[in-house]
Amino acid sequence: MHELSIVSSVLDQLEDLKKQQPEGTVFSKVGLRVGELAGVDVDCLRFGFECVVKDTNWEHLVLEIEQVARRQQCPGCKEEFQAENWATACPKCGEAATITIAGEELQIAYVEVDE
Amino acid sequence: MSQIVVEKKVLNENQKLAAELREKFREHKILVVNIISSPGSGKTTLLERTLERMDKSKRVVLLTGDLQTENDAKRLAQWGFPVKQIITGGTCHLDARMIEKHLAEWPLDGFDVLIIENVGNLVCPTSYDLGEHFKIVILSVTEGEDKPLKYPSIFVKSELMILSKVDLLPYVPFDAELAKKNARSVHPGIEIIETSSKGEGLDQWMKWLEEKLAAVKSGELVSA
Repeated sequence: MHELSIVSSVLDQLEDLKKQQPEGTVFSKVGLRVGELAGVDVDCLRFGFECVVKDTNWEHLVLEIEQVARRQQCPGCKEEFQAENWATACPKCGEAATITIAGEELQIAYVEVDE
Repeated sequence: MSQIVVEKKVLNENQKLAAELREKFREHKILVVNIISSPGSGKTTLLERTLERMDKSKRVVLLTGDLQTENDAKRLAQWGFPVKQIITGGTCHLDARMIEKHLAEWPLDGFDVLIIENVGNLVCPTSYDLGEHFKIVILSVTEGEDKPLKYPSIFVKSELMILSKVDLLPYVPFDAELAKKNARSVHPGIEIIETSSKGEGLDQWMKWLEEKLAAVKSGELVSA
């Protein structure tokens, strides 16, 4: 339900970024990175984006979302693995308390510029 | 066509404000907890029981968030600690700006604990850093044991899970062991305290708060 405010935060940052570019620069695409632990529903985000950009200067901006799975690292044997079905114990040595190293992202990765 | 690498957090603005708040809390040595749960799982009741037991020499302040009404602030104010209601007017979470705005009218000097009662919602509040030391999630026994599996983010990010309303366990088909196992499967290190408004577990909860407060005052606990 907070995906609309997330879209607004993205567009606010793009406005700022645009001001730093040469006059007349048009952003054609924005790439977001959303981790599975970010608490963001990607479908809601896409829907919210469409609603917010409609009839604005951003109407032609394409949204691309890269979803990032939760990855864990074992502090003992250093094994890195993807947490399937939220099972976070180390598959190699069985250590229960592993560390999250990916999956919390909520980032603007890049924008593409029309030239 | 060319690409500009941005690599910035979407909630950059919130993150900046949260960092400022965190710095203020550190400077004034205030323990800050952010309490998150579904609507109706007992956030306000837990806080009532907390304030009732709280050492009255401690300076505790509360911010309580809801979409509408001052009801929770009124319920909590009867214990004599300063309470302020944050009415979000429809927004499903609290963000750092709301905290900053509502704290601005209070002199932080001399405060010991700030308790933030977030809007009843297990999803959205998870994304917003409020500068707190700890997120605390409440799961009540009238919900499903699988909530930690359905809404893992908040259980992953919480230091402590309060399993509330345990006095109702004899009357509801809720498997407390399974619920705890589910919470630990998504967050192996999560601490768990079982409570009821009748008094079970409340001493343990008060002790948890006191220990964290002592650690903040001694400078041992610094939130990052």
